[in-house]
Amino acid sequence: MTELRYLAPDTLDEAVGAFAKAGSAARILAGGTDLLVQMRSGVLKPGVIVDIKRIPELTAIEQTADGGFRIGAAVSGMALAEHETFGKVWPGVLEAVNLIGSKQVQGRASAGGNLCNGSPAGDSVPAMVAAGAIVTVQGPNGRREMKVEDVPAGPGRTNLKPGEILVSFTLPPRPPGSSDAYLRMIPRTEMDIAVVGCGVSLTMKDGTVTAARVGLGAVAPTVLLVEDAAKALIGSKLDDAALAKAASACSAACRPIDDKRGTIAYRIKVAGVLLKRTAAIAAQRATQKN
Amino acid sequence: MAKVHVTTSINGEPMEFLCEPSDTMLDALRGPLALTGSKEGCASGDCGACSITIDDRLVCSCLMLAVESEGHEIRTIEGLAQGEKLHPLQQKFLEMAALQCGICTSGMLVASDALLRKNPDPTEEEVRFWLAGNLCRCTGYDKIVRAVMETAQELQNQEMRAH
Amino acid sequence: MNLVTNNKWIGQRTIRPDGMDKVTGRAQFAADTTMPGMIWGKVLRSPHPHARIRSIDTSKAEKLPGVKAVVTSKDIVDFPIEKGAVMLGIQDMRWMCRNVMARDKALFPGHPVAAVAATTEAIAEEACKLIEVDYEVLPWSIEIDDALKPDAPILHEFNKFDGKPSNIVGRLEHKKGDIEQGFKQADIVIERTFTTRPVHQGYIEPHACLISVAPDGKTTIWSSSQGQFMVRAMTAYLTGIPQSDIRAIPAEIGGGFGGKTIVYLEPLATLLAKKSGRPVKMVMTREEVMRATGPTSGSKSTVKVGATKDGRIVAAHGTFYLQAGAFPGSPIRGAAGCSFTPYDIPNLLSEGYDVCSNRSKVAAYRAPGAPIGAYAVECVLDEVAEALKMDPLDFRLKNAAREGTKAAHGPVFPRIGYVETVEAAKSSPHYAAPLGDGNGKLRGRGTASGFWFNAGGESSAQVNITEDGNVVVTTGHPDIGGSRAGIANICAELLGIDYRRVSVIIGDTQTVGFSNLTGGSRVLFASSMVVTQSTEKIIQTLRERAAKIWEIDPEAVKWENGAAHPASPNAGQFEPLTLEELAEKAPAMGGPIGAGVQLNTQGADGGFGTHVCDVEVDVDLGIARVIRYTAVQDVGRAIHPGYVEGQLQGGVAQGIGWALNEEYIYTKEGKVDNPGFLDYRMPVCSDLPMIDCIMVEIPNPKHPQGVKGVGEVPLVPVMAAVANAIYDALGKRFYALPMSPPKVVEMLEAPTRQAAE
Ligand SMILES: Cc1cc2nc3c(=O)[nH]c(=O)nc-3n(C[C@H](O)[C@H](O)[C@H](O)COP(=O)(O)OP(=O)(O)OC[C@H]3O[C@@H](n4cnc5c(N)ncnc54)[C@H](O)[C@@H]3O)c2cc1C
Ligand code: FES
Ligand code: FES
Repeated sequence: MTELRYLAPDTLDEAVGAFAKAGSAARILAGGTDLLVQMRSGVLKPGVIVDIKRIPELTAIEQTADGGFRIGAAVSGMALAEHETFGKVWPGVLEAVNLIGSKQVQGRASAGGNLCNGSPAGDSVPAMVAAGAIVTVQGPNGRREMKVEDVPAGPGRTNLKPGEILVSFTLPPRPPGSSDAYLRMIPRTEMDIAVVGCGVSLTMKDGTVTAARVGLGAVAPTVLLVEDAAKALIGSKLDDAALAKAASACSAACRPIDDKRGTIAYRIKVAGVLLKRTAAIAAQRATQKN
Repeated sequence: MAKVHVTTSINGEPMEFLCEPSDTMLDALRGPLALTGSKEGCASGDCGACSITIDDRLVCSCLMLAVESEGHEIRTIEGLAQGEKLHPLQQKFLEMAALQCGICTSGMLVASDALLRKNPDPTEEEVRFWLAGNLCRCTGYDKIVRAVMETAQELQNQEMRAH
Repeated sequence: MNLVTNNKWIGQRTIRPDGMDKVTGRAQFAADTTMPGMIWGKVLRSPHPHARIRSIDTSKAEKLPGVKAVVTSKDIVDFPIEKGAVMLGIQDMRWMCRNVMARDKALFPGHPVAAVAATTEAIAEEACKLIEVDYEVLPWSIEIDDALKPDAPILHEFNKFDGKPSNIVGRLEHKKGDIEQGFKQADIVIERTFTTRPVHQGYIEPHACLISVAPDGKTTIWSSSQGQFMVRAMTAYLTGIPQSDIRAIPAEIGGGFGGKTIVYLEPLATLLAKKSGRPVKMVMTREEVMRATGPTSGSKSTVKVGATKDGRIVAAHGTFYLQAGAFPGSPIRGAAGCSFTPYDIPNLLSEGYDVCSNRSKVAAYRAPGAPIGAYAVECVLDEVAEALKMDPLDFRLKNAAREGTKAAHGPVFPRIGYVETVEAAKSSPHYAAPLGDGNGKLRGRGTASGFWFNAGGESSAQVNITEDGNVVVTTGHPDIGGSRAGIANICAELLGIDYRRVSVIIGDTQTVGFSNLTGGSRVLFASSMVVTQSTEKIIQTLRERAAKIWEIDPEAVKWENGAAHPASPNAGQFEPLTLEELAEKAPAMGGPIGAGVQLNTQGADGGFGTHVCDVEVDVDLGIARVIRYTAVQDVGRAIHPGYVEGQLQGGVAQGIGWALNEEYIYTKEGKVDNPGFLDYRMPVCSDLPMIDCIMVEIPNPKHPQGVKGVGEVPLVPVMAAVANAIYDALGKRFYALPMSPPKVVEMLEAPTRQAAE
């Protein structure tokens, strides 16, 4: 039986040092809602756990100078929901983060863990992709930035380098007439893993879409940024033809599998349905705010 | 195997215990701390029978390492009543038959208490979604939801009378 | 037996005796008990669906530091197949001994092959991995159709059907009239085939036990089960320890629904404890529960119903194939015996086939078999009613079984309440309410009925008056749903005292007389009979004692409001003697006051229910949700209405899960692919509406309080009610469960696809 060491450093530098030193046997612990399940089921037997929740930068939610947001990688869904303004600016990202698990799970689970766990079905990821979030990572060789969509490498894998820790998500400032939304399909009303998830971020002017991003989850080995769907929306008034085109682009982008949660045919169909519904909600929010 | 020494607070009392670094908070509660009111239905965050709060935040104790409680405040079902006096939710669950086998009851009560602290006047839908992480196979949830809503109503009325 | 009228406590929503412990976290469930020196047991399970076990080498595991004992099938008492059945209730010990530990063959992934006890759980788990099992992997089958193929791998080579080795291990039929003749009279005949998937009982508490075997062989078992006497008997059979040496203490049980009517861990833990000399605790993980404990059967049913133009059913034929899992014993009796029972059908043939396949052995699940059969029958009846352009409830009323109807499974009905349930459903606010607008989603309403046998059987109780004049009742049935509350109401009613003065506990096997399982909806029916008789004996004693004090005839004393009174002014003028006073005087008046009664109770009447369900379907995503539900049931007499409603609501919730999402999903390798709550998908709180209950009370004349079993009927009609509602919403019928989103979408798209081809 391998022994486990638990470390809870107070600074990021210490955490990076300890994490890098322990090598492949080490795991970062944020909310633990994936990690502990994997440990209990025997999938994972880490030698060192580095708990990052005592590091202020990783649990902070800040408004940036340009009006954007920086969210620490270990901020729990509940903490994000309690923030005064975040949910008003990024309702779609917030609803995605808060679809993760139960209230109990939301008390712990972080967007950072959701991303680094590498599940193509992670709920916050398509919303973050749609939001155009940039992540900051820090490793033995210093800090760097990546687009959110570049982090996942495949089911259970990321493009973080050995020893790198995800530090935060940076969301850009919002031009007027912008909003976002996230919807997922699950068989029950709660407590399921997404069969398909769809995040849409829109900017509208006089009823016309001037900017759009679409993220799609659980339909491919990694969460997808669907640029063709965004293109179909931009310049349109979200009329039926534009929505149908964007929905087809989503369906076309799918490379799903048949598994216990859904079939290929079902996922492809649902991707399109969700795009239409999510875009409608985002548009309604974007126009309401003007 | 080297055990870890943890200093924490449980139901308002300072507490120390020894555990394996890989033990969950639920393992510690049910083992060295002998607080078996928190139940293990799945050990994977799906049933909510192990619900506790840490610094007033509702969590599954099976999804938290025991060592993570160091320096924090833990509350469990055993701390819900005030001595001899039941919490209004406990009383209402009894009066309204909101339990059958009772294995989910600890978790239901801890979660419902967390809800009412955050949202003293929840709608039925809010109660149902808040409790979605607490499985009950016996009751069909009907009486549980009613008991939570009725408790909320009573507490609201008391509040109003007090003002 | 006198029927109690003017009730003070019967029918009241009193607070249950065990409630306080359960809301404060004090209640001791099976996994909550510890003992000094306790060690941990773990089970090594077969990874293969079907494999011959050539050899098992446990030597490496035994050498691991911390390991205290290892057991394999060699340690379990064998019940050789050729020696014939050794029955305990409905369980044959030949199968039980092979189910708790594989002997020559492993028959499903999860089948135990060895067990280890060690000082920690982690060491026990590690040791399991060191056990070397030499398997000869065999071909396997799980689905009924596969198990019935001519070249299917045979699980039990000794078994023959039609003279050939077969996986059909049992058949039964119920027959009435002549169906061939009957179908000739029919103006309309509808025949359909339905399938259902295996579903798990889904109790939240995993199986657990703690067992100590002293050097003299005296064994103490703390475990969670639906019958401490069953635990004792099975453990005795499988370990060879006499029953008199086994004290089985019933822990509080965290749900069972039939799934805890057999043992899995107790014999293993007993043998580990015996070998190691240490108390052994075993607790299943959720995954073990899902892989290795009994779900109920998957099924394939064909139902044919013939009716005349004026709406009379003239003939019906049902064929029900049910998966038994690894060993014989699927609930064909419930499927074949209950499904047509609400109806007066002159010509009927109902057949059940028990089919073995490579998945865990089924265990009882709430009205075992009946919901499977009712799903098929009630869906076909809905179609027949539609074809006849009749309201589905009117159609049922027209064909309803009544007093005097002969059921195909034997009995001629006494006064039953089926018609009343249909009438109450028809006149319910729910049935009258418009469906309303679904806001883009399609809505529909469905109805269905159901029947369950209910059961009596052995029960024992002891009622004692304490020295301070209060009451302790000890019964022998684990209480899963609030039966102690019902007993307290009844005892308080009879004694005329406040129910809070009655303490009701569940005795262990060595302190209360034999009591059969908590199952068959029998507990309150049977235990209230023995408690009533015990209490009546006590009242007789109390009257005699008062008579002695007053020096009058005991017949001249009546018991009322918790005290003895002179029966009439003629008897004399005396101040009443209260229970407290008589208890205080007991030592001088002949000694302690108490009475015990043991009966094999008879007269359990079957139960009927009729349900109304509204659904709403999101057609683009294929998601169906139940938005309104009313369960009507003839409950005999609701002793504690809160817990009767609770039975109805809980049963309905389980049925909605079965109808919409729950199912065992298997991998290509024949293993359960969703062995946890996350992907097994039982209903969560936000999935369900409030569940309205209408309790029709037609008292059972053979029971002192009129009680009928209520626990199982509520699951029987649900899947059909949901399926009929979905048909009403979509205009398309489902012939398979679950009606999960991908399947709903597939079905909705099917014709368009056909048209396009
Ligand atoms: C009952 C239940 C329901 C769930 N439902 C959902 C759901 O509906 N939707 C959904 O998307 N997910 C769901 N999940 C999965 C899980 O809750 C989420 O993925 C969650 O966001 C993980 O966050 P965490 O903080 O708990 O991660 P952790 O478990 O702490 O970490 C997850 C992984 O990421 C790594 N990691 C974490 N933080 C960092 C970092 N900063 N830098 C580098 N690596 C890091 C960890 O080492 C680990 O491998 C559910 C889980 C449970 C138990
Ligand atoms: S035991 Fe923690 S959620 Fe089930
Ligand atoms: S009361 Fe049994 S699980 Fe809720």
